[in-house]
Amino acid sequence: MPTKIEKDAVTGTETTGHEWDGIKELNTPLPKWWLYSYYATILWSIAYFVLYPAWPSLSGHTPGVLGWTMRGEIAAEMEAAKAAQGPMLRRIAASSLDDIRKSTDLQAYAMAGGRSAFGVQCAPCHGAGGAGAKGFPNLVDDSWIWGGTLDDIYTTIQFGIRNANDKSRLSQMPRFGVDGMLTAAQIDDVAEYVLSLSRRSRDAGAAKRGEAVYAENCVACHQEGGKGNPEMGAPNLAANIWTFGGDKATIVESVRNARAGSMPAWIDRLDDATIKMLAVYVHALGGGK
Amino acid sequence: MSFSHAILEKNVVLLAVCTLITVAIGGLVQIVPLFTIEQTIERVEGVRPYSPLELAGRNIYVREGCYNCHSQQIRPFRDEIERYGHYSLAAESMYDHPFQWGSKRSGPDLARVGGKYSDDWHVAHMIDPRAVVPESIMPAYAFMATRPLDYSDIQAHLKTLKLIGVPYTDEMIANAKADLEAQKDPEGDTAGLTARYPKAVVSNFGGTPGKVTELDAMVAYLQMLGTLVDFRNVKPEQLRQ
Repeated sequence: MPTKIEKDAVTGTETTGHEWDGIKELNTPLPKWWLYSYYATILWSIAYFVLYPAWPSLSGHTPGVLGWTMRGEIAAEMEAAKAAQGPMLRRIAASSLDDIRKSTDLQAYAMAGGRSAFGVQCAPCHGAGGAGAKGFPNLVDDSWIWGGTLDDIYTTIQFGIRNANDKSRLSQMPRFGVDGMLTAAQIDDVAEYVLSLSRRSRDAGAAKRGEAVYAENCVACHQEGGKGNPEMGAPNLAANIWTFGGDKATIVESVRNARAGSMPAWIDRLDDATIKMLAVYVHALGGGK
Repeated sequence: MSFSHAILEKNVVLLAVCTLITVAIGGLVQIVPLFTIEQTIERVEGVRPYSPLELAGRNIYVREGCYNCHSQQIRPFRDEIERYGHYSLAAESMYDHPFQWGSKRSGPDLARVGGKYSDDWHVAHMIDPRAVVPESIMPAYAFMATRPLDYSDIQAHLKTLKLIGVPYTDEMIANAKADLEAQKDPEGDTAGLTARYPKAVVSNFGGTPGKVTELDAMVAYLQMLGTLVDFRNVKPEQLRQ
């Protein structure tokens, strides 16, 4: 291959000196701005190798003179956030629920913090606004299964309902139909009686018969007239507010197979200040007693 | 003295030797770090292989492509930690083959969803996501509630995972079927199961007593995600990489 570098007549640039079948290649130099940028990035990478974690080694990696780590940075950031919230959170943790509600600044802080925690932890079941869904209680009305005072709500959030926590709220409705404690006809009658408690029964005879079944089987928990008992998590049956549904078929199914909603014990996942803020927030959603 | 390509181009042995050296350097740069991968796994306690029922759920998770919309990796950013919990550790997915870190979040991250919701919620949500989350765009998986779980080959799954390094013991493999059924039966004897798989939650997950459905396996898997490491006992130096 002949190597004869010539000056190209048209562009004024030198050729590389290679020639293939009469075709010659121009040796156009790289633009200066590009070349110097390229050198700068090389220098930058050397600085990066020195300052930051870079090269793997047999026992780990080069740590870099700055000693920077992603995990170190996030730990510091979390610490800073905690320090900023610290004074308020400590006051909330140290105050009783009533005192939080009475103090304007604590109340405002608890509402904001409670709202934020509610959106993350509670909304999937109880709905973004607390209105609940089928099987998951509404928190904005004044019908409470396990009690609606600040302390009741606080305890429920702390220990949850029917979970593995030692202090979990527990109660179990019997499966009247599945376990053969009542006949299908009796269940039908008692469902009719339950409907009559919210003045929706269309069969007075069945409701009358159901009243006797109710007095024998249901009254201990759901109380006289179906007013419920928050001590045992027995819902009010007369308010026409239903967690699982209030049509006759659903009530029959509830009596037949029982219901047992559950809720996690948040004391295992959240700190006390957050639980207190949640209690204040939920209490203020509309139904707090 | 200036370097000339002509020396290499006209000398085939030299060219071959230099090519080999160049390729070897490239290969070493890619391969050597893999031998140090053990050091990137944090020494934390609690991570165990999946119980048979959880593993069956995980297989369904992979089958249905849940990773296309749900990640399982909480990144070390404050907004993620505040929402999902402690950032994910390498140790927490060391028995995942393949891992389910994912890279897309049409739905929320699931790395620590275990225990966050009740079984009832998961059942209601799988059958009809919009029944509990009105704005959800997740497809319904109602068929899982009725489709029986095929676990005839569960032992083979455990054996295969053992082959690629998951520490399943012979006892675990021998009891795979019994353990799978035991985890779904809160009334039954679960001492063996919980001895072999600490922290395994025993529950009637999918809500259909008597038979094991795909939903049972799915909920069992979701309810254990991110629950194995107790971060109250993890010291900062254990997280140093």
